Amino acid sequence: MTKPSLPLIRCDNVQKRHGHRHILRDVTFSVAAGEVLALLGANGSGKTTLLRIVAGLDRPDRGEVWLGPVLLSDAGNEIRRYVGVVAHAPLLYDRLTGLENLGFYARLYDLEDAGARIAHLLRSLRLWGRRDDAVRTYSRGMSQRLAIARALLHDPPVVIFDEPDTGLDRHSLEELSDLFTQLRGRGRAVLVTTHDTARAFSWADRVCELRSGCLQQIAGSKRNG
Amino acid sequence: MMAELPKEGGQSRTRAGLAGYFRAVMAVADKDVRTELRAKEVLGTMAAFSVLAAVIFGLAFDLRVPRTELVVPGILWVIILFSGVLGLHRSFGSETDRGTLTGLLLAPVERSALYLGKTAANLLYFLIVEALLVPALLILFDVNLLKPLILLGLLLGTIGYVAVGTLFAALTARNRARETLLPVLLLPVLAPLFISGVGLTAAVLDGRATSEAWPWIGIIALYDVLVFAVAFLIVDLIWEQG
Ligand SMILES: Nc1ncnc2c1ncn2[C@@H]1O[C@H](COP(=O)(O)OP(=O)(O)OP(=O)(O)O)[C@@H](O)[C@H]1O
Ligand SMILES: [Mg+2]
Repeated sequence: MTKPSLPLIRCDNVQKRHGHRHILRDVTFSVAAGEVLALLGANGSGKTTLLRIVAGLDRPDRGEVWLGPVLLSDAGNEIRRYVGVVAHAPLLYDRLTGLENLGFYARLYDLEDAGARIAHLLRSLRLWGRRDDAVRTYSRGMSQRLAIARALLHDPPVVIFDEPDTGLDRHSLEELSDLFTQLRGRGRAVLVTTHDTARAFSWADRVCELRSGCLQQIAGSKRNG
Repeated sequence: MMAELPKEGGQSRTRAGLAGYFRAVMAVADKDVRTELRAKEVLGTMAAFSVLAAVIFGLAFDLRVPRTELVVPGILWVIILFSGVLGLHRSFGSETDRGTLTGLLLAPVERSALYLGKTAANLLYFLIVEALLVPALLILFDVNLLKPLILLGLLLGTIGYVAVGTLFAALTARNRARETLLPVLLLPVLAPLFISGVGLTAAVLDGRATSEAWPWIGIIALYDVLVFAVAFLIVDLIWEQG
């Protein structure tokens, strides 16, 4: 270990306003490879706003977002390949089957070997049996699992989860927890929001809270001491 | 198979290039057509409207007009204009309603590829509707529109209409009043296309020299080129957030 590796996500003094309201006043943090950062915060505290900025869906008014060595505001479309997002909405097409949904996104991401990857994800998220059913016949939790498959399809180094625990049963929650462990083991940087403090602590290496537009760390690396 | 972060710049392309670009266009078009074939939201409405409108025009004009060739060019283009407006707003509207637009915007594809894919799907819907409308007009008015120049003008005119319509659909997709806003915005912009289309169809049906028809074709083709040029210039800005 000569020098610390570059964090995969780094936000420097990020600010964002909607109208006259300062949603994010000054947010600075980083997430290293193999690290899970959980983000707590009341409704409307700006968690989704921050995640959208990191995902490149919104621009900050001030401040910089870096993904590895790349400054997001200077990057082209290809940078999107390095980010996977599980959003509030499942980002799925109701009329298409689970398989068709993933197939469509695999084509958009221009993946090689998409068939095998899709089959692997559908199996590991217990959706293989329902792969040929339209997504509108899925239960909420099934849609949520398919949304997770969609986000991981291109195996991105940076994965963002916005309240991934909504609608999941206990079994799926355990699997989600395992997923975080797996992603950590494979050197991904994970940013996740939740309203469940206990879950945040069990999932994450670090837990932060967004309060009046600033990020405060409320617990540090449980794993690294 | 983890994608490594690019060393610098973020421009490294894994497989992309022009072929990758068109694979993205085709993916979007294919997805749209597939969902449409199941939902039948757009095609059903447009086709039903076109045929019904043709029948109504038939009832309205049949008894009063000495030669139906005089009114058919206008009828053809008016029906295409209005039926198109019925379907176009769904193109991006359905993506914003279901939140899936975010999924498209997260993908590492050019925004223009999303636009072109949507345009291609819409073009297919329009051509299907026209394939019903032209025979309907033949039956109802006894006017044969199956002439090479008319069909060429119809194809080019439809391409221009769909290109500008899809662009405006993208612009208004986030607006709650898009269904009423879209026609109001579109109709003035479509005026040159509409006038040339009617002029061309009338010239051919009147049996005038083809040298009178070609200038109309030229105007329509120029319109198409301009629309695509503008679309490619501004399409990146549409989804840019403040
Ligand atoms: N497009 C927008 N226009 C105006 N205000 C917005 C917009 N998006 C978000 N906001 C405002 O920004 C604030 C933060 O919203 P955000 O969705 O980030 O909160 P959140 O922490 O994710 O909340 P929740 O826990 O309910 O998901 C809210 O006050 C919201 O009203
Ligand atoms: Mg939120």
